[in-house]
Amino acid sequence: MCETCGCGDPEIVPIEVQQRILSDNDAQAGHNRSHFQGLGMLAINLMGSPGSGKTAVLEATAKAAGEHLKLGAVSGDLATDRDADRLNASGIVSATITTGSACHLDARLVHRALHDFPSEDRDIFFIENVGNLVCPAIYDLGQAANVVALSVTEGEDKPLKYPVMFQKADLVLLTKVDLIPHLDFDLAAVEDAIAHVMPEANMLEVSAKTGEGIDAWLQWLEKLRPAPAEQSAAGLPHEHHHEHH
Amino acid sequence: MHEYSIVASLIDRVQQEADAHGGSRVYRLHLKIGELSGVEVELLKTAFDTFRERTICDGAELSIDMVAAAWACSSCDRAVARGAILRCDDCGRPARMLEGDEIILQRIEMEAPHV
Repeated sequence: MCETCGCGDPEIVPIEVQQRILSDNDAQAGHNRSHFQGLGMLAINLMGSPGSGKTAVLEATAKAAGEHLKLGAVSGDLATDRDADRLNASGIVSATITTGSACHLDARLVHRALHDFPSEDRDIFFIENVGNLVCPAIYDLGQAANVVALSVTEGEDKPLKYPVMFQKADLVLLTKVDLIPHLDFDLAAVEDAIAHVMPEANMLEVSAKTGEGIDAWLQWLEKLRPAPAEQSAAGLPHEHHHEHH
Repeated sequence: MHEYSIVASLIDRVQQEADAHGGSRVYRLHLKIGELSGVEVELLKTAFDTFRERTICDGAELSIDMVAAAWACSSCDRAVARGAILRCDDCGRPARMLEGDEIILQRIEMEAPHV
């Protein structure tokens, strides 16, 4: 019944919804997650500012992994194929997701890219998000973990300024640490900032230029990879009777 | 400016509910937006005012409940203050968020004959 004047017509009724506005994206992300798990691929959502070194870290990762790991990537880019070209040259099977004016990837864009992707035989699949510390944080893509690249030239207070991004991160990669001798960079200050916004503060210091820390980053990834038993049974209904480490 | 894409998702969702209930006109949407949701409420309102035209939401109002972030220890449930280091003072375990990341459509007030 009309709540304003009691006239009884037209009827204004409250419809209870109580759902996330992005529930469509969440459902698509769930589908992507099943796809990655079914193929035994570890999917990583790599985020960070423009110029934080996301692509360079992946190039260094490919160099260090060599023949040991099969790597794949999709790169969100507003206008060019430059990142995917660089990654393909480094040995990572890669494709571009051109976002146009969109400032983030969503689950639907990643899903479409997976359909066109040239290989399903990858151990680790990186989703290199659009360079941006705000928008990508709120869209689930179906990843197993969120990683944020933060370069030492961006300033120690970035985690406090962009708490949503860092709160969702499973790992912060502090990049370009080879530059620290040339900067007034306070490592303790960035660690303190991260502890205020990340419940399980976890940071690795890396340099794509010197290779420092890349082995530790590879070990972190290896620990997250699905166990071989899970891969072989992937896609089939099965029960888990093993411990996760 | 992901607020525009959130508004697009919101209007789609409202259209689905209108279709399901035979709704013709929407008067008000009640949303719940968390402090740490990553959504800027003023931008969301601007985006809604721009995009609602010629949709089911034309002329509809937004009513937004803001939710402050709240944290507690993941092990002993002791409260962890907002803005503090996100670890329990007592047991050292990481905090977990109790609320503050909501992006929720709670309720739609619409003109509908078949509810």
